[in-house]
Amino acid sequence: MIVIEDLYKSFNHRSVLNGASLRVEKGEILAVIGGSGVGKSVLLKHITGLIRPDRGTIQVDGQEVTSLRGKLLVNYRERIGFLFQGGALFDSMTVFDNVAFPLREKTKIKEKKIRESVNEILGHVGMQDEWRKYPAELSGGMQKRAALARALITNPEIMLFDEPTTGLDPVMASTVFTYIRSTHEQIGFTGIIVTHQIPRIFSIVQKVALLSRGVIVASGTPEEIQQSTDPAVQYFLSGGERGRSS
Amino acid sequence: MLNIVLSPIRQLGALFLGIIRPLGRAGIFIFTAIVLIFLPPYKLYRIVKQVRFTGVNSTFIVLLTGLFTGMVLGIQGYYSLNKFAAESLLGPIVALSLIRELGPVLSALMVTARAGSALAAEIGIMRITEQIDALEMMALNPLRYLVVPNIVAGILTFPILAAFFDLIGIFGGYLVGVRMLGLSEGSYFGEMQNMVTMNDISVGFYKSVSFGIIVNWVCCYKGYYTGYGAEGVSRATTEAVVISSVLILVWDYFMAAFFF
Repeated sequence: MIVIEDLYKSFNHRSVLNGASLRVEKGEILAVIGGSGVGKSVLLKHITGLIRPDRGTIQVDGQEVTSLRGKLLVNYRERIGFLFQGGALFDSMTVFDNVAFPLREKTKIKEKKIRESVNEILGHVGMQDEWRKYPAELSGGMQKRAALARALITNPEIMLFDEPTTGLDPVMASTVFTYIRSTHEQIGFTGIIVTHQIPRIFSIVQKVALLSRGVIVASGTPEEIQQSTDPAVQYFLSGGERGRSS
Repeated sequence: MLNIVLSPIRQLGALFLGIIRPLGRAGIFIFTAIVLIFLPPYKLYRIVKQVRFTGVNSTFIVLLTGLFTGMVLGIQGYYSLNKFAAESLLGPIVALSLIRELGPVLSALMVTARAGSALAAEIGIMRITEQIDALEMMALNPLRYLVVPNIVAGILTFPILAAFFDLIGIFGGYLVGVRMLGLSEGSYFGEMQNMVTMNDISVGFYKSVSFGIIVNWVCCYKGYYTGYGAEGVSRATTEAVVISSVLILVWDYFMAAFFF
C-alpha cells in the first residue's frame, strides 16, 4: 500500500507540489491524470526516492521512504519497477541487452533462462524482431515498449509508469495497456500510471486521481470520476484543463 | 538598516558556500569511488572496456606526440649543450626530462583531450537522458558502473602510456642527436644509463598514477553533475578538460617539489 500525505516540492522557488495526498491499496492500479506540467512525473519520482520532498511523507507498506538512504533505499528500490517518460534505455546497449540488464545484474539466473525471459517479454510488447537494434535506431514508441519490457522483467511488487503510451499509435497503445493489465493479473503488482489516455485508461485501473496545481483535487473509481460533478474534474475530462494549466 | 549591514555578509556566505559545496561533493564523489574499487561485485568487463577506450585507443596519439617531443628535446638540448661542449649529456637530459616530467604530463594532457572530454560528454548525456536515474531505479550504484571502471582504467593505463611516451621520446632524441647531428650512440645511451636512476622512473610512475586518478575524477564528476540539456553537457565537457589540464600542471608542480 502506498500512502502519500501532504507532499510539497519546489524547484528554484517554483512550487510544483502543494500538499498532494494519495492512497493506493496493495495490488491496485491507480491512474494519475492531469494537465501537462502539473507535477505528475515529479510525484512519481518522489515515490522512488529519486526526488526528496520539501515536506510531507510517503509510506509504502508502512515504511516511510522519503528518508531512506544506503542499503535500505537499495532494498526498497529492488521492489520497484519504473518506466521513465523518455524510456531511459542505455544507448550503448542493444534492446536485448537493455531488457536483460536487470536480470544479469541483480539476479543469479542462468544466461539461457535470461534469454528465454527476454525473448518472451519482447514478444509481449511486439519487439521480438528489434532485439538487435540500438535505442538510437528505434522510434519513440519502440523505445517506450522496450523500456516497458525492461521495467517489468523483474516482476516488481510496485510498478510506476510515467506515460507508458505517449508516442504510440492507438493500436499499440491498446496492446501496451492490455499487456500491463495481464501482467498485473499475473503478478499482482501495486501500480501507478501517469497518463493522458482518457478514457482508455479507465478500463485498466481500479482508481483514478486528478492532479491539478500540485494537489490531488479528486480521486475515486473510474466510474466515480466520470460521474463526478466536481467542476475541476468535469473541466479536465471535457478537455478544458489543458487550456487552464497552460 | 539591518538589511544593509547583513546583505554583504549574506552574499559573502553564499559565495563561500558556492565554492565549498561543490568541493565537498567532489571529495565525497572520489572517496566513494575509491572505496567501491575494493568492494565486490567487480565490473571486470567494464574495466577492460575502459582500459581499451582510455589506453589502447590513445596509444597512437601518445606515441606521435612523444616522438616529436623527443625530437624537439634532441635539437634544443644539442644546441644548448653544444655551447658548453657537453653534447655527451644529451641522452640523460632527454631521458630525465621525459621520464620525470614531460612523459607523465604530456601523455596525461593528450589523454584528457582525447578520452577525458568524451568521458565527460558520455556520462553527461547519460545524466540528461535519465540513464543514470534508470541505474539507480534498478537498485544499482551508478558510481560502480560509470566511475570506478574509469578510475581503475586511469590508474592502469596512464603509467603505461607515459612509459610509451618516454620510450618513443628517447628514440626521437636518438634520431635527432645521433642520426642527424652525429653524436655517438655510445655516449647517448651510455650517459643515459649512468645518470637515470630507478628513483627517476618511480617519480614518473607516481605522477602518472595520480594524473590517471585526477583526470578520471574530474571528467566523471563533471559529466555526473552536468547541467541541463545539450548546453549543460557542452559546458561540463569544456570545464572537465580545462580543470583536468590545469590540475595536471598544478599537481605536477607539487609532486616535483615533493620528490625533488
